This record gives sequence, C-alpha cells and structure tokens, in this order.
Amino acid sequence: MTGDPAEPKGPPVGRRVILGLTALGGAGVLWGSRAQDALSRLLEPLEARDPTGLIALFPLGDTFRFYSVTGSVPTRTAATYRLTVSGLVNRPATYTLGDLQAMSQTKLVRDFQCVTGWRVPHVHWSGVRLSDLLDAARPSAAAKAVRFRSFDGTYTESMTLEHARRPDVLVALQMLGGPVSHDHGGPVRIYAASMYGYKSTKWLSAIELTDKEVPGYWEQRGYDLDGTIHN
Amino acid sequence: MSAEPAPQARTLARFSRAERIVHRTTALLMFTCIVTAAILYNAPLAIRVGHRRLVELVHVYSGFALPVPMVLGLISIAYRADLRRLNRFARTDWRWLRSRRRRDGSIRVGKFNAGQKLNAALTAGSVIVLLGTGLIMWFPSLTRLSWRTGSTFVHDWFALGLGLLVLGHITFALNDPEARRGMRRGHVSVLWARREHAAWADEVQPEDDEAVSPE
Repeated sequence: MTGDPAEPKGPPVGRRVILGLTALGGAGVLWGSRAQDALSRLLEPLEARDPTGLIALFPLGDTFRFYSVTGSVPTRTAATYRLTVSGLVNRPATYTLGDLQAMSQTKLVRDFQCVTGWRVPHVHWSGVRLSDLLDAARPSAAAKAVRFRSFDGTYTESMTLEHARRPDVLVALQMLGGPVSHDHGGPVRIYAASMYGYKSTKWLSAIELTDKEVPGYWEQRGYDLDGTIHN
Repeated sequence: MSAEPAPQARTLARFSRAERIVHRTTALLMFTCIVTAAILYNAPLAIRVGHRRLVELVHVYSGFALPVPMVLGLISIAYRADLRRLNRFARTDWRWLRSRRRRDGSIRVGKFNAGQKLNAALTAGSVIVLLGTGLIMWFPSLTRLSWRTGSTFVHDWFALGLGLLVLGHITFALNDPEARRGMRRGHVSVLWARREHAAWADEVQPEDDEAVSPE
C-alpha cells in the first residue's frame, strides 16, 4: 500500500457502537441480576409450554450448569452406595443409601448460588441433616472441621464443624422433586444453603472430621476457604 | 509477446501481512473461546467432557489473549488505516444498509461495506464486554455478588450475540472465495474489487491507469 489519499469521512459510528455496547454491558453488570429475575419470571410459563424446547437454549440463567472436575464419574446405585463417617470421631460409621433414607428427612426450598454469579432460584431439597450424622458419630474434642470426599476420586471440600452443624446443611438425597440424579451429584450430595455451590460437594462418599479445615479442590485454586454467601 | 495479461490476473493489494496475521490469530483464539464456551455452558457437553478446571483455564486464557493481536496490530500503519475506514459511516453506508439492491453494485462501496463496518464494531464492543464480565467472574472476590450475577447474565447474552456474528461472518466468507483469498493471500482480483468495492478499486487504481500490480 502506498499511502491512503482519501481520509475516510462521515461520523465515527464504529466508535459509538463500541462505546454503546460497553455501556450496555456495564448497565447489565449493575442491574442484570434484577433483569434476569424479571426475564425468567416472564418466560417461565412460556418455557414450560414450549414444545420446541427452543426457549431453553437461551441464557436465561435460571438453570443448573453441570460442573465436573474429572472426565467421568462412576455410577453408584442403592446397592453399591456407601457413605463413611470417620476421622476424629468416637463412633465411625458406614451408611448405605437405605440407611440414609430411613433417617429423619429435612426439606428445604432454597436457591443454589454459584460463586461466579449464576443461581437457580427456589430449588427443592431434601435429605438428612449433616448435624444428625455428626451427632451420631460423636466427634472427639479435637475435631474442629469436616472434610468431604467425592467418589469422583478428586473433589474434596471442607467446612468448620460449626458451619457443618448449621440446620441448613443437608446430606441431600432429593433435589428438584426427585432423587438426586447422577449429573447433579447423586445419589447423595451435600447441600449447604448459606454457602456458595462449591461447598455443596457432589457424589459424596466420605465425611471426615479433622482438627482444622483442609483447603478443598477449588480452594487450592483460589476460592475462599469460607464459602459463606455475602451479598 | 504483445498479449495483454488477462484481467483476472490483475490484482489489488487488500490486506497487509500484519493484518492477515492479526486475523488468523484472532480467528484461532475466537474458535478456542467458542468451543470451550460451548463445553462450559451446554449441559450435555459439560457432562460428556467434564474436566471443568482445564476447560475453564483454556477458555479464560484464550479470552484474555483475544484482544492482544487486535491491539498489537495498531503498530501497523495499514491496520490503523483500515480501522479508520471501518470507524466512519458515510451517507452511502446508511443507504447500503437500507437498500434491497445493496449487492448489485449500484451503491459504490468503499474498502468495507456497511455490514462489514457494523460487524467490526459489534465484534469489538462484544469482545470488550466479554473481557470485562469475564474478569469479574474470574476474580469473584473483587466485586459483590449481584455484579457477578449481572456479569454472568451479560456474558451469556453477549456470547450468544458474538457467536451469531461470527457465524454470519463465516457464512459470508464461505460464499465469497475471492474475499477469502484477500484475507488469505492479501490480494484480490480487480474484477472482484470493481464489483464488490467499486469506490475502493477506483481509489487505489483509477480506471484510466490500470497498471498491473505485481503479485
């Protein structure tokens, strides 16, 4: 190219479009949370009756996103599932799915809130209170924290014993009106209502009592050890 | 040998090497972003692939890198000149957008038609918004929760929009081999230029001075 003789003329529409989009994005960050609630309320009845399923393809933000940190997760059935409670306890125990189902069940209707921002409002949860399992295990005086393991073989999480004893922490057997599906971390997962989703360990296989909190999978990768939801 | 070279052999320089490198690296990063975004967002894909941390890392770092070639391109004079062309909308651009006969050549288009200009601006703006909202989600401790929820909302919708823009861009490119050649090799035939970008062809090679530019 040997120089441009004609300098382009006309208003800088390109720049205006870029600035406009940036402003729109900024407004969306500030008020998008409310816009999303309004939008999903508006479209919920439509989505339920939409025979094409097309509405579900739009990012309305009120659906679960499926997180798995491994390639594939083995399936556990009622026959093969086991949950162990061990560590700094006086009475270690192993539960089958039937054992857990026979215990007193607690129902909650609470949001599932991811630390990155997405949430699913008003999810129905049901299961055994974690505090019931902890009481049955009789933690020793040295026990200060709880560590969860997952049968995906990789994921771990932890919370203080105090947090773990809150009444809104469930060893969940049901969510969304049915048994916890494999993709949602079934047959048994944690649901900690007042904490971000990364605390709600999927595919729960073991609960260990420890003398201090051991940083879990995401916490080793930068997330806060205290996953309490702060607005 | 007195035979004139065939008109098809005559070419005009359209994109400099710097511009083509920017285009190619941007395309590669954009493709990576889109594939990983699909895995992160689409439930059946997310379940099939798993490995969330790895997919996330690839997505986020491709996203952070996405604007880099576009910014580095500013070193190039030709790239800056084309940005100036893309930025300005002449009256004919509005006419071109409204006209049903925009493709018949009756409106003489410059180096870029109004659709290309609009696509460039929308893409650039979307990349800025996606980068900003991506940063907010990647560093959750920086902002309050409602901003992160807002960022997720904005990121999802802008990603959908940008995905459609890219799809449209690729569709137009697939339908125009000569336009693709311009971006791949840097030059286009004079015939194509006179048909699609008549005002530009006149500007770089006036009709009465049809010197053959060497390849």
